[in-house]
Amino acid sequence: MNGKKVEWVKNETVEKLLKRMRYTFPLVVVKINDKVVPRKDFSYVKIPDKSTVAVIHMISGG
Amino acid sequence: MDKVKYDKIRKKLKDTSIGIAGLGGLGSNAAVSLARAGIGRLVLVDFDKVEEKNLGRQYYFIEHIGRSKVDSLKEIIEKINPQVKLVIHNLKLEKGKMEKPFKDVNVVIEALDNAETKTIFIEEILTKLPKKPIIAASGVAGYGNSDRIKTKRLGNLFMCYDGQAKSSDDDVLMAPRVSIMANWEANLALEIILGEDK
Repeated sequence: MNGKKVEWVKNETVEKLLKRMRYTFPLVVVKINDKVVPRKDFSYVKIPDKSTVAVIHMISGG
Repeated sequence: MDKVKYDKIRKKLKDTSIGIAGLGGLGSNAAVSLARAGIGRLVLVDFDKVEEKNLGRQYYFIEHIGRSKVDSLKEIIEKINPQVKLVIHNLKLEKGKMEKPFKDVNVVIEALDNAETKTIFIEEILTKLPKKPIIAASGVAGYGNSDRIKTKRLGNLFMCYDGQAKSSDDDVLMAPRVSIMANWEANLALEIILGEDK
């Protein structure tokens, strides 16, 4: 996850992984193995073992 | 100047189309930079009018206050490089069809202000136009700390990113840092179009 090795937990959803990794930002773009996961699917999309997960949080300003 | 390299680049850029979502501090500055660089076509999207407070970091003039950002920027770019073909959309990007104005561009630049809209926009472009490179920026607020800004690449998503910056809701927006990020995005666009400058 973001270049760090993280223990895989069976049946863990994106939402639960973000919680476990203490991501407090609600606005993130998540990619699993280079595929974007829409935010509405965070609660049920499970992380497969040995996945590469990228999380980028979006900050206001422009 | 390397004339051969310059001519080759000019030709390539002239055949290129770039879409910019949002014409605030990021978008207005990126658009002007790309127009100066000789991009052939720009698709510019914003729904807002120029306000006095925008002049602190956005590429507008006093005479533009009260006028739409798309029309104002069109006028500015035509004074810089009248050869750029401009397609302007005075509209608010609507959830569910945000990708629409950008279907035929080579590269999309996200230059929106609000984190929620940024996230939705990136998600929609990545899922609906999966082959399209998209450049986005996050963490533009504040001043100084230029060295914290990095380019992060995730497949076709290129982020101009400072993960330690605060939200603009809790910080200030200043011309220098916003312009750095805007030009960082524009510079990334050139790199994507032309390939790495070796």
